[in-house]
Amino acid sequence: MANTVNIKIDGIDVSVEAGKTVLDAAKKLNIHIPTLCYHEDLCVAGNCRVCVVEQEGVNNLVASCAIPAQKGMVIHTNSHKVRNARRHVVELLLSEHNADCTKCYKNTKCELQDLASEMVINEHMFMDLVPDKNYTTDKQSPSIIKDDSKCIRCQRCVRTCHDLQHVSALGVAYKGDHMKISTFFEHPMYEVVCTNCGQCVNRCPTGALIEKNYLDEVWDAIYDEDKHVIVQTAPATRIALGEDLGMESGSIVTGKMAASLRRLGFDSVLDTDFSADLTIMEEGTELLTRLKKALVDKDTSVKLPMFTSCSPGWVKFLEHTYPDYLDNLSTCKSPQQMFGALAKTYYAEKKGLDPDKIVCVSIMPCTAKKFEANRPEMRDSGYQDVDMGLTTRELAVMIKQAGIDFQELPDEKFDSLMGESSGAAVIFGATGGVMEAALRTAYEIVTGREVPFKNLNITAVRGMEGVREANIKLENVLPAWSFLEGVELKTAVAHGLTNAHQIMEAIHKGEANYHFVEVMGCPGGCIGGGGQPIPTTPEIRRKRAEAIYREDEGMAVRKSHENPEVQQIYREFLGEPLSDKSHWLLHTHYVKRKRV
Amino acid sequence: MPEIKELVTGLADKHGRTRESLLPILQGIITEERFISDDALTEVARELDISAALVYGTATFYSFLDTKPRGKFVIRICRTITCDMKGKKQIINTLEDLLKIRVGETTKDKNFTLLETNCLGWCHKGPAMLINDDVFTELTEDKITEIIRDYMRNI
Amino acid sequence: MPDKKLKRVDIIFNEDCNCNEVLTNSLKKSKDEILKEILDSGLRGRGGAGFPTGLKWKFASQEAEKEKYVVCNADEGEPGTFKDREILTRVPLKVFGGMAICAKVIGAKQGYVYLRGEYQFLKADLEKSLEEFHAVLKDIGFDFQIKITMGAGAYICGEESALFESMEGNRGEPRNKPPYPTVSGFRNKPTVINNVETLVDSFMICRIGSQKFMELGTTDSRGSKLFSISGDTPIAGIYELELGMALEDFVEEFGDGDTKAVQVGGASGFCVPRKKFKETIIGFEGVPTGGSMMLFNSSRSMYNVLKNYVEFFEEESCGQCTPCRVGCQQLKKGIEAIKKGEKSASYLKTLQKLAETMKVSSKCGLGQSVANSFSSIVDNFKEEMIY
Ligand SMILES: Cc1cc2nc3c(=O)[nH]c(=O)nc-3n(C[C@H](O)[C@H](O)[C@H](O)COP(=O)(O)O)c2cc1C
Ligand code: SF4
Ligand code: SF4
Ligand code: SF4
Ligand code: SF4
Ligand code: FES
Ligand code: FES
Repeated sequence: MANTVNIKIDGIDVSVEAGKTVLDAAKKLNIHIPTLCYHEDLCVAGNCRVCVVEQEGVNNLVASCAIPAQKGMVIHTNSHKVRNARRHVVELLLSEHNADCTKCYKNTKCELQDLASEMVINEHMFMDLVPDKNYTTDKQSPSIIKDDSKCIRCQRCVRTCHDLQHVSALGVAYKGDHMKISTFFEHPMYEVVCTNCGQCVNRCPTGALIEKNYLDEVWDAIYDEDKHVIVQTAPATRIALGEDLGMESGSIVTGKMAASLRRLGFDSVLDTDFSADLTIMEEGTELLTRLKKALVDKDTSVKLPMFTSCSPGWVKFLEHTYPDYLDNLSTCKSPQQMFGALAKTYYAEKKGLDPDKIVCVSIMPCTAKKFEANRPEMRDSGYQDVDMGLTTRELAVMIKQAGIDFQELPDEKFDSLMGESSGAAVIFGATGGVMEAALRTAYEIVTGREVPFKNLNITAVRGMEGVREANIKLENVLPAWSFLEGVELKTAVAHGLTNAHQIMEAIHKGEANYHFVEVMGCPGGCIGGGGQPIPTTPEIRRKRAEAIYREDEGMAVRKSHENPEVQQIYREFLGEPLSDKSHWLLHTHYVKRKRV
Repeated sequence: MPEIKELVTGLADKHGRTRESLLPILQGIITEERFISDDALTEVARELDISAALVYGTATFYSFLDTKPRGKFVIRICRTITCDMKGKKQIINTLEDLLKIRVGETTKDKNFTLLETNCLGWCHKGPAMLINDDVFTELTEDKITEIIRDYMRNI
Repeated sequence: MPDKKLKRVDIIFNEDCNCNEVLTNSLKKSKDEILKEILDSGLRGRGGAGFPTGLKWKFASQEAEKEKYVVCNADEGEPGTFKDREILTRVPLKVFGGMAICAKVIGAKQGYVYLRGEYQFLKADLEKSLEEFHAVLKDIGFDFQIKITMGAGAYICGEESALFESMEGNRGEPRNKPPYPTVSGFRNKPTVINNVETLVDSFMICRIGSQKFMELGTTDSRGSKLFSISGDTPIAGIYELELGMALEDFVEEFGDGDTKAVQVGGASGFCVPRKKFKETIIGFEGVPTGGSMMLFNSSRSMYNVLKNYVEFFEEESCGQCTPCRVGCQQLKKGIEAIKKGEKSASYLKTLQKLAETMKVSSKCGLGQSVANSFSSIVDNFKEEMIY
């Protein structure tokens, strides 16, 4: 094997692929080397220096995350010199750090704290630098809190926002002792290009970037006898929540989640999956309508490709970066917001509830959903449609706070009327899922037949490739859709905003010609959302996606238009997709935003 | 604002619109304006299609790419050891008296900003200072008074 | 004990050198011939790190990549160094010539001079010399262009990989190494980066021959070099001296009769106290220097000197890595606290250990060399630190 390198770590021989680092090699041997700036999703920075190891024949220590394994290297990961240096590095970080752990949201979930604990740091070796610093905390965003006094300057957030999201709302500013993580001119996160995706939050090792939590507000609502608190849970929460409650990644906890929500005291335990199915009905119809206008009526004001609009991070990205393409966005609200608008109208009406007394809480894999719920456009019910958006992580906190033994809970079902779901809705949680769900329905509407894929699984749009394309030829269509006869429906899927940017550039330059494009703001789609359990890594995303598809396969109903509650709401309330009532409650518009 | 836009467009035309043109463009703004405003940086970010936060981060890295308002003449006194030994403190005192500002401040009429800087490469002729790009060495209280008077006369 | 005496040399600024002629003749030689001259001369980089110049060129020449660069490091930011400015003022054609010769060896078509922002005033004249130089190259028919890029006030941009980052329009944050510049430098292409003086030396070696150069200096430190001499000396300035002399001789020549310490190599170099002048050799076998020699007489407080250096590093660190960014702040705060009596003298030991950690675990040469001045000053002038 020419492409492997043999080295020795702590006396053990190991061979790794050329190009792999010493850290990779140590992992292979199950030798744990502490890291802080390193993250599997990101390019290597090599700046925290906590991963240093000793290389025989080299005077200085080397950063194991950054140094490629080279033939014949002899490495010591736990020598006196190494331990000394690591200890110093952690002590130095702590000396710059407002280590107020008991008042910190990341208490017991913090990589810096873990290291300090591992090193048994009782007394600080160095002087406290915090009083000399003018640390500030930015709490203005409805999604994210940035507390500079907790920042260890590992730049994971900066690399996340740049490498994965192509947003770069955060950068490194100044140098030397003044170096800090900053937005443009230190403006509040709320006022800059930040999409609220929370990917940085998911990767921040400390409490410097955290979601804004609404735990107290939700508890208050639950305890308020006067309020009817409705909770909805997004597709991707049910395959990730378990991770924060001691379960393996990839565990499906739909039933336990419903049970726990009931025990927490929510009055109606409902499912965003229901409105995901509804989204398919509306968005599928919108697509077909757009196609008709474009192909038959030759209406040039109709914009194609149509973009999905269920990811609020993606929507805000487009509003900032490609404001000229807002008409390409489907006018459909996201499932969370459709749900909220219906909770305070349809659900209230059917259940005889006073909408004024309804509090609508959502459990989301996402921090951008908090922002979305607060958008001024999202008040069509006459109230704020969704009152509080919690992340998967926050729900796990509530479950722990309530002393619920999650793993031992029985499986329970969601309540009815807006609790029924199809497999198509579940797969919304993974990149490509909306596309697959939409195709399952749209194809059938147009041709009267099921999509021509084994078990309805459209594997071409699945997977973790950054941009994927799938074309489906429409043949033998029903008479009403004859204009689509022979048309090859061109679709594409992108996840993570860097890939979204790539696809947008291709579209903008006229290099790509699609009818329908699904974009999810987060890598992997919602399963890799910014509000999901930490850590989220490529491996964990893969396991969550597998779980999602397993859940889909196990469902009785696999297609959105076959969801009985969806059929019921059209029969009894909405009429048909794109009806006036749907337009009023389920559709929205977008705003152009500045690019700073 | 329109002038800034024009300035930035002109600089981008001259230096190009790649990331590599960023520093020359920012330096061009400094030459004209002595500091880079919020508006100017926004304009640069737009012209080069680089995130504004990254442009800001790059500008603030470099001591000479000021993002805080500065006077028409930016005075930078060397604070490094040999200049310090040769009496930079008295020079600063004299300047503070002459301009009626402290280090880090700008005169009310926005003509002078007084700053310290690190070694200027004139250590054998300390104390040394820069006024914008011009070098002055072997400073004495008399010499500095004369230099500042000259500048004041020519404003 | 050194066997070299202090000797003034005149190579760098030597005036009876027809630059265009040397350039023309040198470029006529094959790249292997030139490389051999440089290798044989034993020339080591004059920017501080002292890497053998011939080897550096050889590595870059062996890279298969077509696009390569020659970069002249004119960021001269080390406190107490000012010789590169003088070179660029007086003999710019020799610098450009050195770059062209290097370009010939490695196969580069484009060169850059990265000039520190503080030397903006030099730019117009340099551009003029460049015109002349480009015209000569055109006559010779050698395809090579040089551009001047300006720094903007950041000492760390003198570090080679930070310099490339800066040229690429980024913050000057040093990169991880390996890869080294000869493999992946500017624009991630093979790049030779040399100090201004190194390039002039290379050029002059092509003129006088490696033999003449080799005869000067010692086995480890061939040739002569420019010294920037400042501080408590009656004759501050720039002098070209043969390498390998004892510091004692140096002080004899340049001191004011009361020299208590010499800082060799600037803020990132070493402080040598009077009692060690005799045994200290100036060169790679002893105390190396990029040229900065700062003399202090007995009226000076070494605490002030150290504090000035530490403040310099605290501010000029790029800030990305923990040991350097936080370490510098701790060193400064620590010595202040000891001086004020807020910390006991034993805290100096903790700080010494910290400096050692900075040396072994910082990402680049800046953080790695803070310990040089810190430890050498603290070790030799402990009382001054405490009382
Ligand atoms: C913090 C730091 C600052 C440096 N500054 C300079 C400088 O101003 N000029 C220089 O030539 N080399 C400087 N160097 C050394 C360069 O990294 C590099 O080694 C040198 O340019 C190589 O050229 P040489 O081999 O000709 O010496 C610096 C290194 C460090 C770590
Ligand atoms: S960020 Fe970590 S170490 Fe810092 S206060 Fe919070 S829990 Fe403690
Ligand atoms: S905010 Fe968090 S991720 Fe970003 S640099 Fe600070 S500690 Fe690292
Ligand atoms: S939330 Fe997303 S867009 Fe905003 S700073 Fe973090 S990574 Fe960037
Ligand atoms: S040692 Fe200092 S200058 Fe070098 S990379 Fe680290 S912080 Fe930056
Ligand atoms: S994990 Fe290797 S330097 Fe931070
Ligand atoms: S110390 Fe002031 S110019 Fe060098």
